[in-house]
Amino acid sequence: MGALFFTFITLLFLDFTGAVHAWFGWMAKVQLVPAILAVNLIVIAVLALLTLVFGRIYCSVICPLGVCQDIVSWTAGRVRKKRRFSFSPALSWLRWGVLALFIIALVAHVEAVKSLLEPYSAYGRIASNIFAPVYRLGNNGLAFLAERTDSYAFYPVSVWVKSGVTLGIALLTLLVVGLLAWRGGRTYCNTVCPVGTFLGFISKFSLYKPVLDPRKCTKCSQCSRVCKASCIDYKNYAIDHSRCVACMNCLDKCKFDALHYTTRRPAKAAAEPAGNDVPVAEATDGGGMSRRGFLAVAGLFAAANSVKGQAPDIVDGGLAVIEDKKIPDRETAVVPPGSQGARHMKVHCTACQLCVSACPNDILRPSSKLSTFMQPEMAFEKGFCRPECTRCSEVCPDGAIRRITPAEKSSIQIGRAVWIKENCVVNVNGDTCTACQRNCPTGAIALVPRAEGDELRVPVVDTETCIGCGACEYVCPARPLSAIYVEGITRHRTI
Amino acid sequence: MAKDNKKNISRRDFLKVLGAGTAASAALLAGCRPTGRSNTSSITGEVPGPDRQTYRTNPHTGDRVSLLGYGCMRWPFRPTADGQGQEIDQDLVNELVDYAIEHGVNYFDTAPGYARGLSEEATGIALKRHPREKFFVATKLSNMGDDAYTRSREGSIAMYEQSFRRLQVDYIDYYLLHSIGTIEGVNSRFIDNGMIDFLLREKEAGRIRNLGWSFHGDVEAFDYLLAYKDIQWDFCQIQLNYIDWQHASGRNVNAEYLYAELQKKNVPAVIMEPLLGGRLSRLNSLTQAPLRQLRPDDTPATWAFRYAGTPEGVLTVLSGMTQMEHLQENLRTYGPLEPLNEQEYAALEDVTQYYLNEDFIPCTECQYCMPCKYGIDIPGVFAHYNKVVNEQRMPDDAGDPEYRKYRRQFLVGYDRSVPKLRQAKQCIGCGICKPECPQRIPIPDEMVRIDEFVENLRREKVSAY
Repeated sequence: MGALFFTFITLLFLDFTGAVHAWFGWMAKVQLVPAILAVNLIVIAVLALLTLVFGRIYCSVICPLGVCQDIVSWTAGRVRKKRRFSFSPALSWLRWGVLALFIIALVAHVEAVKSLLEPYSAYGRIASNIFAPVYRLGNNGLAFLAERTDSYAFYPVSVWVKSGVTLGIALLTLLVVGLLAWRGGRTYCNTVCPVGTFLGFISKFSLYKPVLDPRKCTKCSQCSRVCKASCIDYKNYAIDHSRCVACMNCLDKCKFDALHYTTRRPAKAAAEPAGNDVPVAEATDGGGMSRRGFLAVAGLFAAANSVKGQAPDIVDGGLAVIEDKKIPDRETAVVPPGSQGARHMKVHCTACQLCVSACPNDILRPSSKLSTFMQPEMAFEKGFCRPECTRCSEVCPDGAIRRITPAEKSSIQIGRAVWIKENCVVNVNGDTCTACQRNCPTGAIALVPRAEGDELRVPVVDTETCIGCGACEYVCPARPLSAIYVEGITRHRTI
Repeated sequence: MAKDNKKNISRRDFLKVLGAGTAASAALLAGCRPTGRSNTSSITGEVPGPDRQTYRTNPHTGDRVSLLGYGCMRWPFRPTADGQGQEIDQDLVNELVDYAIEHGVNYFDTAPGYARGLSEEATGIALKRHPREKFFVATKLSNMGDDAYTRSREGSIAMYEQSFRRLQVDYIDYYLLHSIGTIEGVNSRFIDNGMIDFLLREKEAGRIRNLGWSFHGDVEAFDYLLAYKDIQWDFCQIQLNYIDWQHASGRNVNAEYLYAELQKKNVPAVIMEPLLGGRLSRLNSLTQAPLRQLRPDDTPATWAFRYAGTPEGVLTVLSGMTQMEHLQENLRTYGPLEPLNEQEYAALEDVTQYYLNEDFIPCTECQYCMPCKYGIDIPGVFAHYNKVVNEQRMPDDAGDPEYRKYRRQFLVGYDRSVPKLRQAKQCIGCGICKPECPQRIPIPDEMVRIDEFVENLRREKVSAY
């Protein structure tokens, strides 16, 4: 079960066709913190009930970060053999401290702390920043082969580092969590993870739990050695049920029938140290733009021919170099339609990167601002927010991007286009240009003569009908900075 | 028992047939041994040499010109050694030119702008390795740029002299006023600046052996220049193929008219675009059926070349061959030419009718519009569109059971053949390319049309009909 959940949740981050989401998108939505943020009462109730009856099944089946640790730990077991685990007392002060910090962050909107501690999102960043690029490069390899066999089964997708900082954090998270799991199984879940502490509190009172029968126990310590949660204190016949993730490994191991998964009350346990800390952000600047233009012939337009006696330079063919675009400095970040505006997004998003992975237009990328750390924001140098696409609103598990239909989307204003006179090719090159006007899906851009009687026309934007989709910014030929760009609005509105 | 009888009879019958068959094949085998290869196909078999090639005689100079002429516009490129750029694949060019000359091709047509401005030099290098009397070289005065210097006498003469240096020759066999379009263009490029007189004097001096022009444009300009001051033009280059004969696209003039006018003035015709930039060699199976019925072994390209070469007033037919196999196939077609008969003309008329019903964009991928200042791959966009038209897989009817498949193929194929930032969506409509197009394609309008089609596909707004 755990493996299935893990596989499909990982696939949610890897898949770029939307096919996996159609079937397994719910798996992201049953994650606890996203469900709380989405005020999904049914999911919260079911999860609470599940824990109250069976213990922390959530941690061993539903949470992808938990299963990820099991995989690391299992691998470690293969490599290192035997005597893997032993009982260690709980680090209650750390557990409750982190949980308190997390709750304060949630309430006080310290989004960076919230996003860093939330386990599902931590895994999401690992999957989308580390696994997804590998998966997509593999796909591109197949696409390369498909093209050569005239097959349309695969098509290439762009693979690029959407944020160096987020990638760095994902790597660090994987390193810290992976190292802890390699050494001590579920150490992270039972000493750091706020969701683990919260569910652990509930599972103390759970109906079913593993119970050690002192009459049968021979203190052979076998159960304690296979307990990846390090919560069986066999010497005192005690199990710390707040840390038990209900993996049942101990039940199979006991040769004396002393362990049972049952409703009977057990004895109590005490606490002592282990130790680790929260993964901390470290910047590795990368902002890597891939997709260099094709091999091209340059210098064709450099007023070459004014030297007398020289043959005019006549050239047919070749491709002009296309300079990469730069992201403009926006006063207000543009966030996807459905997110209702910067504030709603900021409060609900746990920066799991699912929308960033799912965006087929390469628009979404994690923010590097501290106040919205790693939460998605839009940029239009690789594409624009296509009118028929509502993918991010479909995948979002936190309710940060509310589900919308393409029809609703067509009238949600998320920003407004701003024209920069000095960059416009009409002014710079004296060329006719209709790119922004022609591509505007709402007809919000009109072209007007630059001056009385001037043949050349420049764009004017109707800010009432512009929805901020970024089509104009994307197609604008001015480079590296577009001559028309989208400035976000703080609260989205319906036009 | 009855069953056995039947079996026996059939077996006997079988043996009889077998015996007869053996005798027949033995008789056949005596005449021709099977080689596992076709001897009648235009794409396999021996390549005829110079003794079997078809030649035409230029009535003005007596030049004996091979009917297959070599177009040097599409020379192949390869990455440079440092991997940073591209250069002409000179080794391949040399190999092709050597093979062509060895098999009797002797007409080579280039121009200053061809192959990103590198064709003259590459052609010159390849030809330099052969005796001068083995080949005729043609190049052009490409002073059609918009700026004053290009059209000036000084700039034009500089371009003319540069051709001698690049081609490494001291005379040019065939010199053309390049791409005649409008009367205004003729006046500003050749008459007002005195270039026409200059070139006539150069011809008297022997540095130009034949003077002519190539034509893509208004019929008035054609008539004007053909009659201008009663100059006896030595040749004229026109676009001729079975589509353009009576159904020239856009503002092109029907080749039937052009050829007849040239005949009246005793001007031999040099033929360009016999394949419409390769499109006539890529007919879909439905379209080429009437041709295959008559001559199953001949490719559509062979038909197109036979068509272009059949009129006696044709001096040479240019083909931009970039593959050895194309060169060999064309040498077979013209070694010697089998002129088309009435039945074959009728079959080509069927093909023409099929073809005209399709929604092709008349682009020949000549690259004159390129490079687009704003990075659009104009011929690439048109090529993808035409490919889908030709394959009859246009996703334009949502009711078609194959619609989903065609839609995916169109969109995936589009992104494969043209990078996103070079697609029609990025066209800004500046119109700089428009006057460059010899086929008079309204490029910006077509870009808008294709992009709207693609947008509707992406938005799933294609309706069923």
